[in-house]
Amino acid sequence: MSAAPGPAGVLHPVAGAFRGFARYMQGVMGADAYRKYLEHHAAAGHGTPPLDERAFWRDRTDRQDSNPQGRCC
Amino acid sequence: MGTMPEDGTRTADGELDPAPNGSLPPTSVDDAVRDAEERRWTPAKIATWVAIALLGGVAWFMLAIVRGETVNAIWFVFASVCTYLIGYRFYSKVIERYLLKPDDRRATPAEYKADGKDYVRTDRNVLFGHHFAAIAGAGPLVGPVIAAQMGYLPGTIWIILGVVLAGAVQDYLVMFFSMRRGGRSLGQMAREELGVIGGTAALVATLLIMVIIVAILALVVVNALGESPWGVFSVGMTIPIALFMGVYLRYLRPGKVMEVSIIGFVLLMAAIIGGGAVAGTEWGAAFFHLDKVTIAWGLIVYGFIAAILPVWLLLAPRDYLSTFMKIGVIAMLAVAIIVVRPEITVPAFSEFAGRENGPVFSGALFPFLFVTIACGALSGFHALISSGTTPKLIEKERQSRFIGYGGMLMESFVAIMALVAAISIDRGIYFAMNAPAALTGGTVETAAQWVNGLGLAGVNITPDVLAQTASNVGEESIVSRSGGAPTLAVGLAHIMQQFIGGTGMMAFWYHFAIMFEALFILTAVDAGTRVARFMLQDSIGNFAPKFKEASWRPGAWLCTAIMVGAWGAVLLMGVTDPLGGINTLFPLFGIANQLLAAIALAVCMAIAAKRGSFRYLWIVAVPLAFTAVVTITASIQKIFSSVPAVGYFANNAAFSKALADGKTSFGTAKTTAAMEAVVRNTMIQGWLSVIFVVLSIIVIVTAVLATVKAFRNTAAGVPNVNNEDRPHPSRVYAPAGLIPTPAERELMAEWNKLPAEMRVERAGHH
Repeated sequence: MSAAPGPAGVLHPVAGAFRGFARYMQGVMGADAYRKYLEHHAAAGHGTPPLDERAFWRDRTDRQDSNPQGRCC
Repeated sequence: MGTMPEDGTRTADGELDPAPNGSLPPTSVDDAVRDAEERRWTPAKIATWVAIALLGGVAWFMLAIVRGETVNAIWFVFASVCTYLIGYRFYSKVIERYLLKPDDRRATPAEYKADGKDYVRTDRNVLFGHHFAAIAGAGPLVGPVIAAQMGYLPGTIWIILGVVLAGAVQDYLVMFFSMRRGGRSLGQMAREELGVIGGTAALVATLLIMVIIVAILALVVVNALGESPWGVFSVGMTIPIALFMGVYLRYLRPGKVMEVSIIGFVLLMAAIIGGGAVAGTEWGAAFFHLDKVTIAWGLIVYGFIAAILPVWLLLAPRDYLSTFMKIGVIAMLAVAIIVVRPEITVPAFSEFAGRENGPVFSGALFPFLFVTIACGALSGFHALISSGTTPKLIEKERQSRFIGYGGMLMESFVAIMALVAAISIDRGIYFAMNAPAALTGGTVETAAQWVNGLGLAGVNITPDVLAQTASNVGEESIVSRSGGAPTLAVGLAHIMQQFIGGTGMMAFWYHFAIMFEALFILTAVDAGTRVARFMLQDSIGNFAPKFKEASWRPGAWLCTAIMVGAWGAVLLMGVTDPLGGINTLFPLFGIANQLLAAIALAVCMAIAAKRGSFRYLWIVAVPLAFTAVVTITASIQKIFSSVPAVGYFANNAAFSKALADGKTSFGTAKTTAAMEAVVRNTMIQGWLSVIFVVLSIIVIVTAVLATVKAFRNTAAGVPNVNNEDRPHPSRVYAPAGLIPTPAERELMAEWNKLPAEMRVERAGHH
């Protein structure tokens, strides 16, 4: 987690912390799912091209239709 | 090593090879090294833990022994956090070391089943937040508020000790066992471990329990929104906001989850502020002023439509909004309580602690306090979340302690904060808000008179105070707003206005709190209906295979209608109940949730026994025995008690007799129709209690039988059936907890030295 490079030296740690927090929230909310899918796809070495971003998210919510996840009280 | 099979690589002693591939560093810290590290007590480490123990001890002393005129809220924070730290560091370690024995050399499902979609290795800290957002909702915000009727101490002790010894244990165990089984659900594990009878009973019980839980959560929302134009408008606006977000994510900017969540959040704030303006106009007040029955019907219709709409349109976007709010709200609540540190005037034990006819919920402290507070101490519903989704995302086996046990501790802290918020308001207001209208009479004058007549120490409330509080929070009335949510909202508004905005902001904070509670509950209602519908489809599918096809519309719609009809009927029963729905139904909610916990713990006990961990079986057996005793006692009292306020059938008999005697008014029921409603409701509630408890006893008995059989097998040297997935060697490494230990850092450094192409892709680049 490196601080964001910025011209204002004072902002460095604050901006860095903010970016870290934003990235953390993205992870918690699942906003980084597509990036992870691409990483997996590249690492697994499939011969086929990966889904594009639109198709990936479409597929993700459509699979939830038939595979619901519980939410607690 | 070239001839070795691709997975299941084992050394001669049957253990997985620590370095499956000669070119990779070890995938686990060496056991001896970890052991030495854990047992090495440096002076700094000793000093830290002594300080934590002392601070916790002092805090408990202030809460439980000193009990002055007032007690500062900060002691609740210290008592809980210090106890959690000790429980986490010491007790969960015992569970890990002696009962579960995780092995980082084994790959987790996220590694060996990796598909980039459902099975994805996730950074432990991210997964902690993700899991927490899935388990925490309105439950821990509501139960402690209702339980505050008995004073602060019983609830506080149960929330804190309950989570350390029972709730977090259940979550951790279920998560670990599900992880070892490729992320199988609780129902599937019950079937495998307990056989057809136990498994089927567990399935049916789970289904019924979900119906009750959804119905009572919905009842909380209805009670919060009834006759509140501001609340109805702002909560109603969440539907178009979610629809907009859904379309945005599907067609305009796919995948921009954070962006759309921030837009949604801004719109949500606008809806809260706009709600005040709309409720201030004559047409707005008239149009959005709905009685509870209308709102209940609205919710039923909404529930059906939401459950058959595609996920992307409503459920997924609202889930993002709900997660976003959840993390923000809980951080805000913690900061506010720590900054404001309200003085609490509620006694440790109230006058109702020793009685069984309290106005908020009926029944004696034992067992009913322990079912009234379910979420936050021990929540069976978590077993459905801890099996399934989260285990498919865990990166390393040892992380399950941090995520499973630690995540539940976090929820418990939310419950403590809700309790503090609720008891920071005046007791007179508390009872005026939480007693059914049948007792308070519904107006400020009658309510004040009734509360003052209770003879509570230090309580003397005037009608003006009730009217003033209502006007401060922007409501017409706060009398008999039972269900917990409005009380918490008043408490939160009371604390937050001291922090930001003053009295002028109280109405905003009140409706902000109502909004997030409604949001959490609506998400749970939607998701619960969908999950229950699939369980029903699956069960009917055993007789009519067509029903197993999730895409077959008539089947899906029929099963959705059945589930919505079931919880809708219970909801309407609660809304129209002359006795005040929360008072009679909330115990049923708690009993249902705790019976599910008993089922989950029973399954865990059977699994632990089959693994041969008999010496440490008490770790599961003690909480199982406790929750079994609590819920079965509560059920039996609900079924057989001769006190009409407690026993469903006793109440039924009393009202039936009154009807037979030709009375037209009895107790709190003022008409014959109301009396007939009580007769009908108590009969249904009574039989539901009977069915729950019978099913749960079947599950517990089959689990005990499986445990005994496992013991006999082990004694006779016969191996027990092991339903775990075959072990696969891991090829990745990540530390177990929040802060890596020196040995973990060393190993991480070794992995970081590997050239990039040698590493399997890393989870979460942090």
